[in-house]
Amino acid sequence: MSGILATFGAVTLPLAALNWHSFFFVLFAAVACACAIAVVLADNVVRMALYLVLSLGATAGLFFLAGAEFVGAMQLMIYVGGTLVLLVFGVMLTAQAPFVSIKTTTGDRVLAGVVGAALLAVLLQSAFSVPAWRQPAAGTVAAPAATPVGMALLGVRVDEPAAGSPQGAVRSGYLLPFEIVSVHLLVVLVGAAYLARAKKRKTPRAIEVAASVEPPASVAEHAAVGRGAGRATSVLSGGRS
Amino acid sequence: MAEFLINSAGLPEWLAWTITAVVAAVLILNVIAGGALVFIWAERKIAARIQDRLGPTRTGGRFGWLQSLADGIKLLAKEDLMPEGADGMLFRLAPYVSFCASFCAFIALPFAFDFVGQRLNVGVFFVVAVLGLEVFGVILAGYASASKWSLFGAMREAAQVVSYEVPLGMCVVVPVMLAGSMDLVTIAEKQAGWFTNWYLFHDPFTFVIFWVYVTCAVASVNRAPFDLAEAESELVAGFHTEYSGLRWSYFFMAEYGSMFLVSALAAVLFMGGWNGPIPVAKLLGLSAGTGDTAGYFVRLLGMANLLGKATLGVLVMMWVRWTLPRLRIDQVMTTCLKYCTPLAAAMFAGVMVWQLALPGGIVRGLSRPAGEVREGWLEGPGGKAASRPAADAAQKVAEVAR
Repeated sequence: MSGILATFGAVTLPLAALNWHSFFFVLFAAVACACAIAVVLADNVVRMALYLVLSLGATAGLFFLAGAEFVGAMQLMIYVGGTLVLLVFGVMLTAQAPFVSIKTTTGDRVLAGVVGAALLAVLLQSAFSVPAWRQPAAGTVAAPAATPVGMALLGVRVDEPAAGSPQGAVRSGYLLPFEIVSVHLLVVLVGAAYLARAKKRKTPRAIEVAASVEPPASVAEHAAVGRGAGRATSVLSGGRS
Repeated sequence: MAEFLINSAGLPEWLAWTITAVVAAVLILNVIAGGALVFIWAERKIAARIQDRLGPTRTGGRFGWLQSLADGIKLLAKEDLMPEGADGMLFRLAPYVSFCASFCAFIALPFAFDFVGQRLNVGVFFVVAVLGLEVFGVILAGYASASKWSLFGAMREAAQVVSYEVPLGMCVVVPVMLAGSMDLVTIAEKQAGWFTNWYLFHDPFTFVIFWVYVTCAVASVNRAPFDLAEAESELVAGFHTEYSGLRWSYFFMAEYGSMFLVSALAAVLFMGGWNGPIPVAKLLGLSAGTGDTAGYFVRLLGMANLLGKATLGVLVMMWVRWTLPRLRIDQVMTTCLKYCTPLAAAMFAGVMVWQLALPGGIVRGLSRPAGEVREGWLEGPGGKAASRPAADAAQKVAEVAR
């Protein structure tokens, strides 16, 4: 039995010689890149969202491959969840006929290509200019755990002592940036709630008059958007059984 | 298992790992598919009993226990229809997205001490994150069906699931805080012993937050009374109105898989995981840690425990489904934002205070020194010295840098 298996192993030696880590890295990276390009080329908002989720998911796969499970799960939680909300709003706003297929004009394509190429050039240059990243990694590092991250967010860096500091002293962590970010998010939330709340109509008569008189183009467009939003809201409020 | 294949059977490394992965995947797939078969039959019987009917009685003998198999054959033979205006690719893809999300979450779920597809040190977080992806398939299905019923259902589901992830996350954090780890295996191991060690009975706050978790879990897997996305009395069948045959059954497998998953997660987080209410194995002097036959039986017993608890959870969900009426969308949102979220936050703060005052729970808390720090993160006084594992890791990093 084991003899047969050993022969089998010898026959398929090229497979054994393959570096599986690199193989999966290339696989995930290819999926991420292909889906990222597909996001740009697709013309339907839901398909774009699907490709975006696939691309972000493949990136999460890269993180898992690197052993950074916390970052990978974070990627799934935040980005994919964020894409979901984005998608809901996208569908609400573009479910009307003129927006179902979003065509990009040639000028936009050229502009986006130039900006993207410039960004890629800068990123490549900066990535290859770090000498430490160009050498193959030596040895293995300890499996990363989420504990140092959490402790650092609480203000205690347990991972590495500050250079030149006396033994035993710990570097200050990320408590202040963390708090600043959370206050910032709170401001954003309050602002969103302010923008989204139902506004009191102070002069209902004036709007009716404006609607009854033949409206100028911009007003008509505004009204169309308003109708669209109203319809989308009714989706959420649903039927009352 | 991979080590065994490499060392004892003499297989090349890549083949051994592939076989291990395939075996794990097939086992998990069978948990979902086999579970769905049993649970669909159980749901019919329970629904019937609650409504004073008999349910399936003839297919396959006395209790109609082959009913789901007959259903499965019927679904296989059904024509695979697609509406004319549908977005073909998304319509075909959507059921698999839902099913894959449900399946992936099972990878990190431990069934017994080391019966786990892939042990992750952020297991809880991974399961919650991946479970949230299931709704994506539902939205795709709703949008791609080119039907208003489907779109309405999908939009409701999106709003509901995104809202309920907030209190659900807060509930899940509490056992993580008590155990000092996000590893599901560690969390369950910390609750070993008598049932008084379960986090459910750790203190009054955890007892309350367990029920908040139950509410949020039912809502996040889209079961009645939170099944607005299907709402057959108003939306025909919601997001899967246009689906038939095997694709439709994928949605159902995903739903039953997710139900089982959140129940198993509840069992691991709050009800001791594979540790039974009475530590039978420990009383007999057996340990799951040993590699011999006895240890294997202990693990099998643990798996039976976990599966039993998870099944109990699913049965409770069915009981709730056929007992409570469906909520309106505003009531669903009120439940989430006005009750579940503040309650979860308050209980979270309560558990924190309790943990400072009485670490170790109601029963054992009084006998322990207060202020005991778990896992030895900060060994020195006032948090001066780094813990030993972290210091080792830092040293390794420094060596690599040289």
